[in-house]
Amino acid sequence: MLRMKALAASLAAAAALVSGVVQAQEPIKVGIVTFLSGPAAGPFGVPARNAAEIMVELLNGEKVPAPYGKKGFGGTPLQMVLIDEAGSTTTQVTEFRNLVQRSNVDLVIGYISSGNCLAIAPVAEELKKLTNFFDCGTPRIFEEASYKYVFRTSPTSTMDSVGAALYLKETKPNLKVVAGLNQNYAWGQDSWGDWERSMQQLFPGVKTATSQMPKLFAGQFGAEISALLTSGADVVHTSFWGGDLEAFILQAAPRGLLKKSTAVLTTGETAMFKLAAQIPDGTVIGARGPFGPFAPDTALNKWFSSTFKDRYNVPPNYAAYQMAQAIMGVKLAWEKAQDAKGGQKPTNEEVAAALENMTWEGPGGIVRMSLGKGHQAVMETAYGQTKVVKGQMTVTNVRRFPAERLNPPDGMKSSDWIANGFKAK
Amino acid sequence: MQLVAVLMDGIIYSSWLFLAAVGLTLIYGVMKIVNVTHGSFYALGAYAAASLAGAWIAKGYPPMLSYAVLVGAALLVTVVAAPLLERGLLRFMYAKDEVVIMLATYALFLVLEDVIKLIWGVDPYFIAEPYGMMGSFEVGGLTYPTYNLVIVGAALAAAAGIAWVLQKTRVGRLLITVIHDPEVSRAMGVNVDRFFLVTFTCGSALAALAGALTAPTVSVVPGLGVDIIVLSFAVVVIGGLGSLPGAALGAVIVGTVRSVSVHYAPQFELFIIYAVMAAVLAFRPRGLFSAPEARKI
Repeated sequence: MLRMKALAASLAAAAALVSGVVQAQEPIKVGIVTFLSGPAAGPFGVPARNAAEIMVELLNGEKVPAPYGKKGFGGTPLQMVLIDEAGSTTTQVTEFRNLVQRSNVDLVIGYISSGNCLAIAPVAEELKKLTNFFDCGTPRIFEEASYKYVFRTSPTSTMDSVGAALYLKETKPNLKVVAGLNQNYAWGQDSWGDWERSMQQLFPGVKTATSQMPKLFAGQFGAEISALLTSGADVVHTSFWGGDLEAFILQAAPRGLLKKSTAVLTTGETAMFKLAAQIPDGTVIGARGPFGPFAPDTALNKWFSSTFKDRYNVPPNYAAYQMAQAIMGVKLAWEKAQDAKGGQKPTNEEVAAALENMTWEGPGGIVRMSLGKGHQAVMETAYGQTKVVKGQMTVTNVRRFPAERLNPPDGMKSSDWIANGFKAK
Repeated sequence: MQLVAVLMDGIIYSSWLFLAAVGLTLIYGVMKIVNVTHGSFYALGAYAAASLAGAWIAKGYPPMLSYAVLVGAALLVTVVAAPLLERGLLRFMYAKDEVVIMLATYALFLVLEDVIKLIWGVDPYFIAEPYGMMGSFEVGGLTYPTYNLVIVGAALAAAAGIAWVLQKTRVGRLLITVIHDPEVSRAMGVNVDRFFLVTFTCGSALAALAGALTAPTVSVVPGLGVDIIVLSFAVVVIGGLGSLPGAALGAVIVGTVRSVSVHYAPQFELFIIYAVMAAVLAFRPRGLFSAPEARKI
C-alpha cells in the first residue's frame, strides 16, 4: 500500500513537473490589433505593427535595455496574434471575440480608431480580457464609464488640444480669430471641441470664424480651403490625420492658406518629413505626445529610435512609440504581478491590478496611469514649429508642457475641466 | 468674395465629380451593370499615375510631359485590366439578374483592393509636381491652382466626346440600338459582345482617368476607391442611372449644394448630398433624367 502511495505521489510529482515545464514553454499569446489595410495603415497601423514586431522579437531575445531585459513577459516568450483593424466597428467586435474565445489570447494590445475603442471596451469587460488601447484618442472611454480590464497607456486627445492652445498662448498671444478643419467623427469632434473651449479660456473674446467638419477620407477640400481663406483666421486648427492630412497640405499649400494663417497640425509629425516641400516654416506641429522629434534624449529613446530606423529605414512615428510603450507597460505590470505570485503565471485580474496607477518609462518618457481610476495614462507633451534647414525638415521653438497642465483631475470630464478654466470643481 | 468662391468651388468640384462618375453611368446605360469596380479603376488610375509620373519626374525627364504620363498611366492600366475583367468574368454573367452582376463586381472590387495593396503596399504615394507646375490664378481675391482648370477641361471634353460619339457617329448610333434592345441588335447583326467590351473598357478608362488626374491633389492611399464609388453612385442616381445629361446635372447639383453648405452651413455638409439624393428620389424614383421604361410582355 505504501509502495502504491509512493508511486502515486511520484507520478503526481512527475506530472506536475512535466506540466510546469510545458507551461513554462508555452508562449504568452498577445493579440495585436492595428490597421494593416485601409487609409490608416500607412501612417499609423504599419508603423505600430513594425514596433510590435521589434518589441516581441527583441523581448523574446532578451535584447531590450533594462528594466525590460527579462525574456518575453517574466521569462515566458511572447507570441503575437496579429489582426487587421480595418472594417466596421461590428467587424472589430467580432474579431475581438474571436481573438479572446477562439485564439485564446492572454491579453490584447491594440486599436487606433476612437470608434473601435469605444465599442471594444465594454466587450473586453464582458469577456474579462485584459485590453490595452495603445493609440486611440477620445477621452470619453474612461470619462463616461469605468473598467476593470481595460487600459489606455497613451494620452487622450484632450492633451493634444490643450497643449496646442497653450503653445499658441506662449507663441502667438495676440491672435484674435481662429478656424478649424476636422473630420466629422469622434476624434475630430472631440479634438475640435476641446481646442475651441481651451482657446476661449486662454484668449477671452477670441472669435471662431468657421468650423469645417468634412466627412472622414473626403480627400477633396477645395471648398473648405476657400472658406478658411475667406474667414480671415489667424490660426487654423486641424486634427486631420493620414491621407486627409496629406491631401489638405497638398491642396492648401499652393493656395497660400498655410502662409496666410498659421496652421496647427496636431498630428502633423506623421506628414512633416514626407511633405517637407509643401509645409511652410512656422507651421505648428504636434506628435500626440513627446514622441518622434519631441522624444526625450534618453538611453531608452536612443535605443528604440535607432533600432527601429535600422530595421525599417525610417524613424519611428508616434504610433510606433505608443505601441512600444504599451507593450513595455504591460510587461512591467505582468512581471510585477508574477513576482507577487511567487513566479507563477499571473491572471488577467492580477496584471490589471498591477497596471493600475503604475508609472514607468517608455521611449517617449514617463507614463503615469493617473486618470480613469488608474486606467488612463498621462504624459507631458510638446509642440514646435517647422523649419527647413539645408533641405531637412526640423522643429524649432519647441515648448514642453507637463501632464498636470494638460489633463483634468481624475474623475472630472475634460470638457468640464476646460470650461471651468482648467480648474477642478 | 464669398459668392465668387462658392461658384468657383462648385464648378471645380462638379467637374471632378462628373469625371469620376460619368463612366459609371455609361456602363450602366449600355450594359445595365451597376459596376462597383468603378472605384477600383479610379484607384488603379491614381496609383499607376502616381507611380509612373513620380518615376518620370525622379528620372529628370521634362516635367511638363508628366501630364501626358498621368493620362498614359490611366489608359495603360485600363487596357490591361478592363478587358481581362469583362472577358474573363463579367461576360459569363450577363444572363444573370442585375443584382447578381452587381454583387460580382463588388466581389471583384474587394479582390482588386487587395491586388492594389499587393502591388503598391499601404504607404502613401505623392505626385504633387503637376498640381503646382502650371502656376495659379486669382478669382475674387482667392488663389486657385491652374491645374483645377485641367479638371474642368477634362470633364467638359469627356461630356462633349461621349455626346459626339453617341449622336454623330455610326458607332454611337449602333450603341444606342444596343442600349435600347441588345437582343434585337444582335438579331440585326450588331456585335453586341464587342460593344459591351468596348463600353466597359471606355467606362473604366474614364474612372482611371479621373483617378490619375486626382492623384496630384491627394495622397494616394489604400481605400481611395471606396468613397468615390459612393459619391459617384449618388451623382448618377440623382441624374438617373444611364443618363449622360443626368450625370452632368447630378454632378452640378451635388457640387453646388456642397459648396454652398461648406461656405454657409458647414455643419450640414456631411448630410446635404444624401439629403438632396433622398429628396430627388422621393419625387423622381428613377432620377431626374430617366426615360419612362416600356413594359415588356
